[in-house]
Amino acid sequence: MQTIDLATQPLRELNATLQSQAAQTNATEWEVLNPRGAHAIAVGLDAPIDVTVRGSTGYYCGGMNKQANIHVTGSAGPGVAENMMSGTVVIDGDASQYAGATGRGGLLVIKGNASSRCGISMKGIDIVVQGNIGHMSAFMGQAGNLVVCGDAGDALGDSLYEARLFVRGSVKSLGADCIEKEMRSEHLEILRDLLARAGVDAQPEEFRRYGSARKLYNFDIDNAAAY
Amino acid sequence: MKDDERRTPRTMPLQSATFSNPINAEIRRAAATGIYDIRGGGAKRRVPHFDDLLFLGASVSRYPLEGYREKCDTSVTLGTRFAKKPIKLDIPITIAGMSFGALSAQAKEALGRGASEAGTSTTTGDGGMTAEERGHSKTLVYQYLPSRYGMNPDDLRRADAIEIVVGQGAKPGGGGMLLGQKISDRVAEMRTLPKGIDQRSACRHPDWTGPDDLEIKILELREITGWQVPIYVKVGGTRPYYDVALAVKAGADVVVLDGMQGGTAATQDVFIENVGLPTLACLRPAVRALQDLGVHREVQLIVSGGIRTGADVAKALALGADAVSIGTAAMIALGDNDPKYEDEYNALGTTAGAYDDWHEGRDPAGITTQDPELAARLDPVEAGRRLRNYLKVMTLEAQTIARACGHNHLHNLEPEDLCALTMEAAAMAQIPLAGTDWYPGKPGAGY
Repeated sequence: MQTIDLATQPLRELNATLQSQAAQTNATEWEVLNPRGAHAIAVGLDAPIDVTVRGSTGYYCGGMNKQANIHVTGSAGPGVAENMMSGTVVIDGDASQYAGATGRGGLLVIKGNASSRCGISMKGIDIVVQGNIGHMSAFMGQAGNLVVCGDAGDALGDSLYEARLFVRGSVKSLGADCIEKEMRSEHLEILRDLLARAGVDAQPEEFRRYGSARKLYNFDIDNAAAY
Repeated sequence: MKDDERRTPRTMPLQSATFSNPINAEIRRAAATGIYDIRGGGAKRRVPHFDDLLFLGASVSRYPLEGYREKCDTSVTLGTRFAKKPIKLDIPITIAGMSFGALSAQAKEALGRGASEAGTSTTTGDGGMTAEERGHSKTLVYQYLPSRYGMNPDDLRRADAIEIVVGQGAKPGGGGMLLGQKISDRVAEMRTLPKGIDQRSACRHPDWTGPDDLEIKILELREITGWQVPIYVKVGGTRPYYDVALAVKAGADVVVLDGMQGGTAATQDVFIENVGLPTLACLRPAVRALQDLGVHREVQLIVSGGIRTGADVAKALALGADAVSIGTAAMIALGDNDPKYEDEYNALGTTAGAYDDWHEGRDPAGITTQDPELAARLDPVEAGRRLRNYLKVMTLEAQTIARACGHNHLHNLEPEDLCALTMEAAAMAQIPLAGTDWYPGKPGAGY
């Protein structure tokens, strides 16, 4: 286990060190001490390493991650795992706004709650939230899966494209062009896999699926009131 | 006896200045279709511009430099504030961001070729970085846009600079829309969206709002790219003093300021013509912000929106910009709106010079299209050569003016080299009206 202590080492050194790990590195276990809400922790990584951040992080922890498995033992600030490409980011606590924003791949697990705009403009990332999510989540979501084991706030999936949304609890309201859809066997399979990978003890059959009605895909003046 | 037979003088039919024929035509079009007009390009209305300024030249009080003999440097270095690898350009004229999607792959390649041959940079757009433009652009600026279409850390690290786009002059406060007819398989794949649907480009970034967040976003991008490359912040011309000051506060290396004549691939005409500031009105407040913060020339200012000639370049630099950027002019140099396609423009219901339905993807010149047959009309090598030539002409023109004003570098041009032809231009540019030492609002002038 390699340790980087942000109480004594600068952020630049942390990221430069983690970013310089090669695909075949032997130093696969890292821990980051005293994050104290610092921004941009463990961003731009591109190696199959395990990074444990012991504490809470500020904005953009794990931003643009590739390959790495990042584990935050506290809570995460806005934009955790933004634009993630691959790998895994796990947050033991809660996540602030924009969790997983524009993510293109990989798995983001939030064991607590996620705030508003979780999965905004998601482009292929899988997000599993064990608690609740805030309003406008998956806004303009393009691809990937958002799984919510608790409740969803207002305007879920507003202006949704092709992202799939699964919610076990209540949905306060659906956004423009987002509708409940039939849960077919292939969706149950996707959900079962995601729940297993996220370590969540829940049955796929307990969830409901939401997706795009695809009525706003091409501009039509008769739909103007929807905007 | 009837009036006609008496030849009674009649009131001449008079067109209303308020309800002009173009306005009435637009009312009829709106009534027939139920949708506002969407088009490409920038503001077409007449606004105070660089044409309303003149250079004074030199005589007894200032002596000129010899044309073709005495050197007049044109180089510019961008990103000297924080980046380990600032960009060094031979000329202070860069190519503005235009997306693959809005433009054909051939057009993007031509922009890269022309810019590289002229010693300057080109810029990606809202659709990611293509191999063609990276391969043919010696210096490539990668735009970081609200949509994040195609965004990935590998391309980010392949870029020579990153431009965080907050807004653009044609539509400050607005997003974009790439209509379904331009969404080819390749465009759809790069943007992770289904083929043929209208692709909305958001007006706000998904994971930050406001200058304090922007500062953190810049930190993240610097950490991902190892503080190597400059980070630009591009804003549309709205409140240039405050926007530039906040961009500097957030940590920008370079501020790009785009006036309302700056083009767009597709936006509502009502937006283009009625929102934003003319480029001329943006410059002095922006430079004053940099000066007030003590970073003029340390944080470079790139100005765009309606730059057409070397005179425009020289005037922008004299007012305090470090460089300019061109988009529409570059497209025209490639071949956009060429009269040789007049018959085809007519068939589209328009005429050469007025064609602006770039979003429809039927561009006869093969530039603003994804149609393979139309796109194949543009030879990237030949079009790139035309752009190279045009950039060199603009540079020569700017040098000619600078030498006539006695300057051995384009950056030595200064406001005192200028006079204004109109009160509006004098007020906006804070340049004395020709033949006077006064401009409206001049401190101490009393009125």
